[in-house]
Amino acid sequence: MSTLGQNVEATTKGALVRDLRRLGGFTARRLIALFLTVLVGVYLTILIANMGGRVDDLRLVQIRSEAAEMVRADPAFFDLPSQERNSLIERQVQLEVERLRLDQPFILRSFNYLYQAMILDLGRAEQMHSDSGARDVYSIIVERLPATLLLFGTANLLIFFVSVFAALVLSRRYGSVADRSVIALAPSSAAPAWFYGIFLILFFAFLAPVLPPGGMVQAPPPESRLDYGLSVLRHMIMPVVAMFLSQIFISIYSWRTFFLIHSSEDYVEMARAKGLSPRMIERRYILRPTLSPIITSFLLMLIGLWSGSIILEQVFNWPGLGSLLFQAIGHRDTPVIIGSVVIFAYLLALTVFLLDLLYGVLDPRVRIAQGGGA
Amino acid sequence: MTGWRKGLLELRKYPSAVAGMLIIAFLVALSVYTVIAIPYTQALDLWRGGDHWRLHPSNAAPAWVDTITRGGQARTTVVSIADTSMEQELFEGGRQVRIPLEIDYGYRGFPSEMNLFLRARGHDREPFVRMTWVTPDGREIALGGRRIAREDRVSISQNLTLERRLGHVPHIGLLKQPDSGPEPQVLQGRYQLVLEAVIFDDEATIDGDLVLYGQVHGIAGTDHQRRDLLLALLWGTPVALAFGLIAAVGTTITTLVIAAVGVWFGGLVDAVIQRLTEINMILPLLPILVMVGTLYSTSIWLMLGIVVALGIFSAGIKMYRAMLLPIREAAYIEAARAYGASDTRIILRYMIPRILPVLIPTFVTLIPTFVFLEASLAVLGLGDPVLPTWGKVLNDAQAQSALYNEQYYWVISPAILLMLTGLGFAMLGFAMDRVFNPRLRSV
Repeated sequence: MSTLGQNVEATTKGALVRDLRRLGGFTARRLIALFLTVLVGVYLTILIANMGGRVDDLRLVQIRSEAAEMVRADPAFFDLPSQERNSLIERQVQLEVERLRLDQPFILRSFNYLYQAMILDLGRAEQMHSDSGARDVYSIIVERLPATLLLFGTANLLIFFVSVFAALVLSRRYGSVADRSVIALAPSSAAPAWFYGIFLILFFAFLAPVLPPGGMVQAPPPESRLDYGLSVLRHMIMPVVAMFLSQIFISIYSWRTFFLIHSSEDYVEMARAKGLSPRMIERRYILRPTLSPIITSFLLMLIGLWSGSIILEQVFNWPGLGSLLFQAIGHRDTPVIIGSVVIFAYLLALTVFLLDLLYGVLDPRVRIAQGGGA
Repeated sequence: MTGWRKGLLELRKYPSAVAGMLIIAFLVALSVYTVIAIPYTQALDLWRGGDHWRLHPSNAAPAWVDTITRGGQARTTVVSIADTSMEQELFEGGRQVRIPLEIDYGYRGFPSEMNLFLRARGHDREPFVRMTWVTPDGREIALGGRRIAREDRVSISQNLTLERRLGHVPHIGLLKQPDSGPEPQVLQGRYQLVLEAVIFDDEATIDGDLVLYGQVHGIAGTDHQRRDLLLALLWGTPVALAFGLIAAVGTTITTLVIAAVGVWFGGLVDAVIQRLTEINMILPLLPILVMVGTLYSTSIWLMLGIVVALGIFSAGIKMYRAMLLPIREAAYIEAARAYGASDTRIILRYMIPRILPVLIPTFVTLIPTFVFLEASLAVLGLGDPVLPTWGKVLNDAQAQSALYNEQYYWVISPAILLMLTGLGFAMLGFAMDRVFNPRLRSV
């Protein structure tokens, strides 16, 4: 008796160790793969943002003209013969080139950029600066982050939870008036949020001026915290409504279709035949197997929050990451562009990693060993 | 294939599908008409602006705006010297010509601007012209005189001395009732601009037009560069349709097939596809497009190429994979394998059809998505620099603060066309979803 018990215990312990080892191996493999992914993605960004090195040529021209201008404008050098003046300019250019390491070939420097980006040393911006005057990319990005998180967080969380909940309700009342009207309204999502934004601005800021046409807070910003918050809220109404309008019907529609398909699976039919309550069927037989796609889209949506949307922020003049990126691209401020993409890349890699682990936990049918070749 | 034909017949039962098809048919017809009526090169030339448009008012609302509101707004009136009867008087060494330009002004609103274009051909010595404005009630207002170059433009509206004398900008001051107070009223009737020209050469001629620019113009109105917006609205149609269609077809099909191939074969194939997708996901589409647009070129075809290239391994693969993974383990796939179905057959006939129902709404809304993507780029100022598109019009409107200046038409007409395109494809697609999707019909 007792030996049998010990044996069982030993085998379960052995199985646990084996599972853990397998999980550890899998985790390590995934981490390495994701690291390489981020590496390649960031390197591609560096290549694109530097125009494959052409930005350096532009910078060289700029350095030369600035040095020439400086020497020419300085009264101390007025008396120098032109030859000496030229050599002075050359020396200035040489110093600046060495400081920026422009004398090295671009390929070498691009790997240097890559290294710095990967260790999250985002460097200093070339043209832009934060509102407090700081020049490093980190503080520029951090300054814009709350605005983006606030706006897109509010809107996307609202859309996600409302649509999944509404879809569950509608999939239970298939063919009802509410269901039909959602189907009828779904095509309205063909237009993106900024498009509705333009109309909202037209109606509520110009034809009937009740809401501000853009910006995040009134100018000058109110003194008290409460007034400040209220002002931000007022400025948030239109962009949030624009995003909600443009996405809600299509989300409800897709989730509803998704749930409907899963609610006609054989095992759901069987549960129904067994006489389980609709609520129980919904929770155990429909929601559980559909959880992994739901979680996927939820996490991907969360990731989307960090990047903001260039165009919506432009239309509403919202001082977030999207408009930051747009300005950075306009200024050809490569460190800022690369910095935002690096942070985005790390966040995305983290999410993908979490998703891989979650799939295994949520849906036993998807075996974690699959990635390694089952 | 008969299934598809039956499905198409069944589509007629859905009013939204019919409406969607009508909209798409209308847009396609409009594109065909546009491409034939205004050839590509001519459209580009016209859209560059300049002298083509000098007889058009700037920032004029469409004519229908006038019909909706109280009405009586001025339309553009052009009086040509060629249509008038000149009186000549010869003197030694030249002649004096009297040209009465007659304007019947019956609008209740004032014109937006007044210009006189003059061409003097074959002169050794520049002719001299004196201008007098004669109102219906017989007042004569001297507009001064000047020498006329070969091509000359007399901006009557910008004559500051005249403005000071009349107390209003000239195009209001010249047409108002004499004592109508601070709110000037139009004095309707027959006006005359009398040109008295002294010409010093026998063969020489004077030609030209007097333009009273309207407040409203044509079907679509005009922009700040006097360009007729109708041109951009018309040409925007084929550009939008082509861009949306090519991009949507190019991306979805490849994405879905690649996702299914990865899930089915698993192992190395899946790993490679997943890695490529993940790298691609790290590169966000719109910022990349903005980057390419700012740093390289904003040609619409380059943008299209990048959209398709980046779209192949898009984030959609992850979603499809999440849906396909449980299906891979399904019993009916096992059955197919047992009877010896090939890999291609399993992927194309068993796995892809299974998730198509969920994908059709996404696929169909993809066409308008790309139409709007092109518009988004244009609104950001990264539209194709030479091609007139709807987004370009929106961008111009935004740059000129059209909403702030109450030029709503400038935003509304391209927006309506964009919306129409979006709705047309989406309505048809959603109806197709219900017809071609047996699983949906049975539940």
